[in-house]
Amino acid sequence: MITLPDTLVTIAYLAAGLLFIQSLGGLSKQESARRGNLFGILGMALAVGVTAFGPHAGNYGVLIGALAVGGAIGAAMAARVEMTNMPQLVAMLHSFVGLAAVLVGFGGTLAVDHSLVGVEATIHAVETFVGVFVGAVTFTGSIIAFGKLQGLIGSRPLLLPGRHLLNLVALLACVFLGFQFVSAEHGAALQPLIIATVMASLLGIHLVMAIGGADMPVVVSMLNSYSGWAAAAAGFMLENDLLIITGALVGSSGAILSYIMCHAMNRSFVIVILGGFGAEEGKAPAAGAQPAGEVKSITAEETAELLREAKSVVIVPGYGMAVAQAQHPMYEVTKILRDKGATVRFAIHPVAGRLPGHMNVLLAEAKVPYDIVLEMEEINGDFPETDVVIVCGANDIVNPGALDDPSSPIFGMPILEVWKAKTCIVMKRGMASGYAGVDNPLFYKDNTQMLFGDAKKMIEAVLAELKK
Amino acid sequence: MKLAVPKECRPGERRVAVTPENVAKLVKLGFSVAVEHDAGAAASFGDDDYAAAGAEVITGTREIWQAGDIILKVQPPAAHPAMGVHEAELIREGGILICFLYPGKNKDIIDRLAARKATAIAVDQIPRISRAQKMDALSSMANIAGYRAVVEAASFYGRFFTGQMTAAGRVPPAKVLVIGAGVAGLAAIGAARGMGAIVRAFDTRPTVKEQVKSMGAEFIELNVHEDGEGTGGYAKEMSPAFIKAEMEMFAAQARDVDIIITTALIPNRPAPILITEEMVKGMKKGSVIVDLAAENGGNCALTDPGNVVQKYGVHILGYTDLPSRLAPTASFLFGNNLTHLLSDLGGASHFHLDLADEVVRGALVLRDGELLWPPPARPPVVLPPEPKVIAPPAAAMAAKVPATGGAAGPVFALIAAVALVALGMVAPPAFLSHLTVFALAVIVGWQVVWNVTPALHTPLMSVTNAISGIIVLGGMLQLNGPLTSPVVLVGATAILLATINIVGGFMVTHRMLRMFRR
Repeated sequence: MITLPDTLVTIAYLAAGLLFIQSLGGLSKQESARRGNLFGILGMALAVGVTAFGPHAGNYGVLIGALAVGGAIGAAMAARVEMTNMPQLVAMLHSFVGLAAVLVGFGGTLAVDHSLVGVEATIHAVETFVGVFVGAVTFTGSIIAFGKLQGLIGSRPLLLPGRHLLNLVALLACVFLGFQFVSAEHGAALQPLIIATVMASLLGIHLVMAIGGADMPVVVSMLNSYSGWAAAAAGFMLENDLLIITGALVGSSGAILSYIMCHAMNRSFVIVILGGFGAEEGKAPAAGAQPAGEVKSITAEETAELLREAKSVVIVPGYGMAVAQAQHPMYEVTKILRDKGATVRFAIHPVAGRLPGHMNVLLAEAKVPYDIVLEMEEINGDFPETDVVIVCGANDIVNPGALDDPSSPIFGMPILEVWKAKTCIVMKRGMASGYAGVDNPLFYKDNTQMLFGDAKKMIEAVLAELKK
Repeated sequence: MKLAVPKECRPGERRVAVTPENVAKLVKLGFSVAVEHDAGAAASFGDDDYAAAGAEVITGTREIWQAGDIILKVQPPAAHPAMGVHEAELIREGGILICFLYPGKNKDIIDRLAARKATAIAVDQIPRISRAQKMDALSSMANIAGYRAVVEAASFYGRFFTGQMTAAGRVPPAKVLVIGAGVAGLAAIGAARGMGAIVRAFDTRPTVKEQVKSMGAEFIELNVHEDGEGTGGYAKEMSPAFIKAEMEMFAAQARDVDIIITTALIPNRPAPILITEEMVKGMKKGSVIVDLAAENGGNCALTDPGNVVQKYGVHILGYTDLPSRLAPTASFLFGNNLTHLLSDLGGASHFHLDLADEVVRGALVLRDGELLWPPPARPPVVLPPEPKVIAPPAAAMAAKVPATGGAAGPVFALIAAVALVALGMVAPPAFLSHLTVFALAVIVGWQVVWNVTPALHTPLMSVTNAISGIIVLGGMLQLNGPLTSPVVLVGATAILLATINIVGGFMVTHRMLRMFRR
């Protein structure tokens, strides 16, 4: 068996790191995205390949077995997952990274490196401890996020009394355990590490339990970030630059996504990290004044009539559309209108769906061309020239109260200004309020018509009418 | 030279050939103008108005016809109901008559005028060329007829033209189909659009599509392609295949629209029947058809020229006097057309009928009793096809890179600096090199990820999931040991989990990216 020299392995790691950067860079445009994914695969194959043939490898039977089983499970999951269930898959994959980071940390503690002394040993211990801590929080936090997204755990936030104090106590306890771990003699270090892992796991559970179901996009991107930092910490421990680079890339990527999500929901990043949001829920509706006006409803036939005469149509999809699987008939409607010469576009709010960019994937699955799917900033100026807007399964992201009602809990959140269009059709099951628990003045506007009913059935009725 | 304007004698005709405003202009051209007593009364112009503008008011029909060198009229000369004499016989021997004459169907009038050795200029025969547009009385009248057709339709139609969203409920807009997008058709489109209706238009000439769209109407196209452009701005007759497709379309439209305005005319032929009785039956109750071709038989099978009929719940308006129903404006525009014509003929001082002039040659029916109509045919002018305008591609999406940092403030920077110095004092060089790599990687990641389009944020998450599976290396580096040792066991589990991430992440990313299509 050939063994590659250390220098060659390092160079290969550098190449893999560059390929990963190229991979993320490729995602800047749809045209180059697939090439980006390919770069990622190449980088990973290179990294795993050189490590397998590197100086520290061994036990090939176990390695090949673990790779084969893991690969098979991963492939099966990737092939089966429904696009609506992408958030769950992503959350589960985060938990795996977290758990792997914990395991690698434990492995490092078990396989004692006697060459390290003094400051080096201390730093190594700190690195190990941080890696395990972040990994454990990521692991359990992601499990809870998965449970909430999957509906196994109620999506309502769990608000324990004095929860910020609880978090603080857990954190301080971990710091204390960390000191114990660092200063402990070899062999005695395992005990504080295990206790710290349990504490961190509980902390992860508690953090995510305190967050409401609709805020999951922020949580998932935050955990994405954590999983990156966990990998980076493992890299420090193992003195492996590729792990550090990759962890840093993933960590900043998740941080940016969290930032974008927070910005789109007008929430503070710090409050999100502390798991404090969703707390204002409940007291909000009392503060907001009841909007004046009548709710007018419209039938599917009248909707079809309006669409038939419209020159410019914008569709605002929300997660409700994906849940109802209405995106497929919606695209059929889009095709008919486009064939007639009307301009039809989709407007995506950054927090529509359960993951950043989730709606885009769901629309892509329904074969909607991506060049008619626009972001909020791109389309907000076009609403005054739009004949008909269809809001399907979305509520808070089109609530005018966010702009003009300072008492609204979502005041300040950037929204899609759909009411500026000539006519706005809102598809809803009933008059229930959105996740933020706020009544929506949009429904009472003069140019708003409500199309009540199941999104899929209603769109199919409109489609049948248009085909006549 | 003296111009004389008799009162129109045809029953129901409210127009007059010249308004007081026109008189003033004609006087400036050097003409003296005489107007019959009460000539403009039906169009709301009084004798005193004419007098104030500089015209002489003459009482007596015979007197006014005798008074003028040139007689200006709207309608062709006809038997005068009150006097029992034909107007053509009232004209002075060798006099000049300018009016609508329709020489193709008024042979007896031409003969009577020829007997008087008269010169007759038919304004309806002025060729439709750009230079003559200002004299084109047919276009002036067609414009008015188109407008008035919509007004008449609205008065018979029991609903709003414009759609409204009221507190009491939604009122749908009326749908109007205009057949034939000539001057009258375009005017009808404009008026109906102005009232808020949804307007569709059809014409056998594809070249008018742009004009139709510019007026705000939808242009209906057939799948059969054939150009109906004839000479002189009129349509020609189409092939049977085209007509079949056309009729099917009309039948479908008739069921859908509320108002149909037909303006289809082919020169020197009876108007084509486009709306059959069957189609009228298919229309909604309360619908209205306005047939602007009624004078030539009508485009609707049920049209009764000059009258309104109601059949199958549909009003069919066959008015032939639509311009006359807007008499003041129609008179003013007609008078302007005549003024431009007289000006082109040299005014009073240089009045001359130049046969080499295409406009004069076309319109001149009689010269001193000699029949000059029809004029010799001229080769049609072939216009170069209009260049197609290619719409510029949508502007490329600009990448958004928000400004980073800044908010942390100098305090944070100071703490970071102190921490770094402290670290630099104690940390080993190997750790510092790793820290360097880490810091640079964070910066690179931050820069690269801001460039990711928001549409690809989910694939971004799944691909970062996959590459964070790089932690597999940690497991692999720990495999080196006895099979049963806890380190190897832990390492193998880590590898297994990380591999799920790698394979699952990359595969699901690939699956998603494959779905994105333009």
